[in-house]
Amino acid sequence: MQGVEGFIYPNEVELQWSVLIVLYPFLTGLVAGAFILASLERVFNVVAVRPTYRLALLTALAFLLVAPLPLQMHLGHPERSFSMYLTPHRESAMAMFGFVYLWYLMAVLVLEIWFDYRKDLVLTWRASTGLKKRLYGALTLWSDNISDEALRIDDRIGRFITIVGIPSAFLLHGYVGFIFGSVKANPWWSTPLMPVVFLFSAIVSGIAAVMLLYMALSAMRRVRVDMRCLDTIARYLFFAFLIDFSLEMLDLIHRLYEADESLRALDFMVKTRLFVSQIVVQIFLGTLLPIALLGIAQLRRVGDRGRRWIYACSGVLTLIGILAMRWNVVIGGQLFSKSFLGYTTYKLEFATREGLLPAIVIMILPFLILAVLLRLLPPWGEQREANV
Amino acid sequence: MDQDRRAFLTDTGRFIVLTGAAALAWDYGVAGQATSPPDYDAHAHWWGMLIDIDKCIGCGNCVRACKAENDVLNEPGCFRTWVERYQVDPLDLEHPTVDSPNGAYDGFTEIDRPGGGVKVFFVPKMCNHCAHSPCVQVCPVGATFESPDGVVLVDKDRCLGCRYCVQACPYGCRYIDPRTHTADKCTLCYHRITKGLTTACCEACPTGARQLVDLKNPKDPVHEFIRTHKIHVLKPQLATGAKLYYNALDGSVR
Amino acid sequence: MAGPPSNFQHVYRVAGLFAVGLAAFIVVRWALVPADFGVYGFYRAGALADARAIPVKYGGQAACLDCHSEVEESRKGVRHEKIRCEACHGPLAGHAAGSDDTKPQALNPRLLCLQCHTQLQGKPSVLPQIVPADHGGDGPCTECHKPHRPTIQGNRP
Repeated sequence: MQGVEGFIYPNEVELQWSVLIVLYPFLTGLVAGAFILASLERVFNVVAVRPTYRLALLTALAFLLVAPLPLQMHLGHPERSFSMYLTPHRESAMAMFGFVYLWYLMAVLVLEIWFDYRKDLVLTWRASTGLKKRLYGALTLWSDNISDEALRIDDRIGRFITIVGIPSAFLLHGYVGFIFGSVKANPWWSTPLMPVVFLFSAIVSGIAAVMLLYMALSAMRRVRVDMRCLDTIARYLFFAFLIDFSLEMLDLIHRLYEADESLRALDFMVKTRLFVSQIVVQIFLGTLLPIALLGIAQLRRVGDRGRRWIYACSGVLTLIGILAMRWNVVIGGQLFSKSFLGYTTYKLEFATREGLLPAIVIMILPFLILAVLLRLLPPWGEQREANV
Repeated sequence: MDQDRRAFLTDTGRFIVLTGAAALAWDYGVAGQATSPPDYDAHAHWWGMLIDIDKCIGCGNCVRACKAENDVLNEPGCFRTWVERYQVDPLDLEHPTVDSPNGAYDGFTEIDRPGGGVKVFFVPKMCNHCAHSPCVQVCPVGATFESPDGVVLVDKDRCLGCRYCVQACPYGCRYIDPRTHTADKCTLCYHRITKGLTTACCEACPTGARQLVDLKNPKDPVHEFIRTHKIHVLKPQLATGAKLYYNALDGSVR
Repeated sequence: MAGPPSNFQHVYRVAGLFAVGLAAFIVVRWALVPADFGVYGFYRAGALADARAIPVKYGGQAACLDCHSEVEESRKGVRHEKIRCEACHGPLAGHAAGSDDTKPQALNPRLLCLQCHTQLQGKPSVLPQIVPADHGGDGPCTECHKPHRPTIQGNRP
């Protein structure tokens, strides 16, 4: 049969989870990582990253709004997806999705953004006219108390939400890792390390994304980046990366050492079908190279300009590498047969419901939404004044 | 006289109306009994199947019968049951050569004579109707479940088509029906076994390699066979509680 | 209403919004979950009835022998005895139920018989197997073998 090597069970000829299911953990990973970066300032008082606080929150929101889209496009019956709220099967990790997502979106992210932006929303409401006035009025729930005491209350509530938000962010992305890690039928997925690896790679990707956006937006606004902020972010990225890489290596070494019946099938797969995406893209280009670049910036004296170049390159490579990691887990886990005697191939089409085109659109959409959010809720001082 | 005629008319009228009403009520009452017809008590049965490898000749009759009975699409990747052929060198159990051309829908064609000592046999596969089914565990909305009589079924009206159950099944027996976009798999011919018939695959098997068994019926002859022979299940280390029992299963079978 | 708004006014408003949302969700859930969900387990009990409601296509041997009882007698002690009728004759529940639309199809012996009897490695040796090219030419198997009594007289039983 075309594309099949060795023996696969007759029903395994077509992959069940497509590139859209690769995108979903990538998007929620960015959300979780961006939020963790924001919480560094709010909860752990890392003042240096303050310039990126609001940007990180808006980035998280933009990606979170798009996150259910690949899932809906993948489902055989998206119109029934509301059943996950009606009759969630408590034994199923996937049933948690609806509630964790809703909790994180409404009770954490939206509330935190609202409480942090409230003063600016009220000021804009007061200063605008017409349709804009009505919009901002609604956003403030028509309450315009921005006295010092009210703002202090906002700050305390916001801090509390962020504290609750950290484990919520862990849950939002950790459960995705658990969805894969708990499938005993699939030895590529089934490991207790899976949720932890997913989480740390999420943190890495989220930090890298906010770092890149901060640099890009500063360039677009013709404003100088705060190098202390950037250096701090890069340091956190570096250390998170070291932990992530160690975890992934631990998983690999453990597999190689125990060498159970699945190893032969997995080993062959990595050396052939997954060689480019796993060895070249994920490990070398997407992990080792950025770690080396970031390490150079940490350990040697490099000028501001040089460091900016290093950060930009590492950021891009990191995102590519984390996307490749999602690909290797999701697609890679379905390339070998559960009989361990054969392999199939993934036929990625272009303009079908689960093809490359919708995947590209889904990746672009969060940036469009972010652009709208940046106008609606400007994160930086000068832009705010320009609106008023 | 008038009194009698009036009484007669009243009685007749009552009779007609009441009979009509009773007929309607009967229909209504019968229509309401959707889930338990009086002659089948689900809690009195616990279904499984026995497959005897020594008897399977790889004719593929079961595959064809299943597709006919259950209106299964005759396309790659849509098999509720299939037959695999194993060629095993006894000195190398970990590397059997296995094939299943179109699920054995058209049987098998001859292989080139392998080197001496290689044994060849056929293994029919289907849903194991696991008692601790991983596919039931992972369904997010309760669209797949185990019936009170031990058959794992799919509720086509609730299935989202998320494919998590297909991923979770260690035996590869599930697929997505391209017509309904929901999960599909062997139903142990639930519509037949609840009427006292056997499954379509057992009906069509010419050698008795496949036999339905009711594990709650001590007088079931197949139950007796299971009690007196050495029986295997597939992937026992995954503790799925599989109820598809194999007699004479070779250690190389995946 | 006199006095400035409370410092908590906005907090009360957003909390109220969430409470309304939660209440709406509870109402919707109560309305949309089917009544027979959860009766036997975490599923819709009506799904059992749905699974039972599929039409039967193979009638089962008992249904065939209802009318064709003489066949059972004639197949006693014969090698094909244990093979059920529809294994060869195909699904005939409709025919057994009296519907004229489902008629037993004429069977093609070379296709049908050879499905089991073509020699193939892996088939147990007790099963008589032939290489079609070397046995009996191109004609139908029924020229010499009667399917309900396949052993040719004089051969081993």
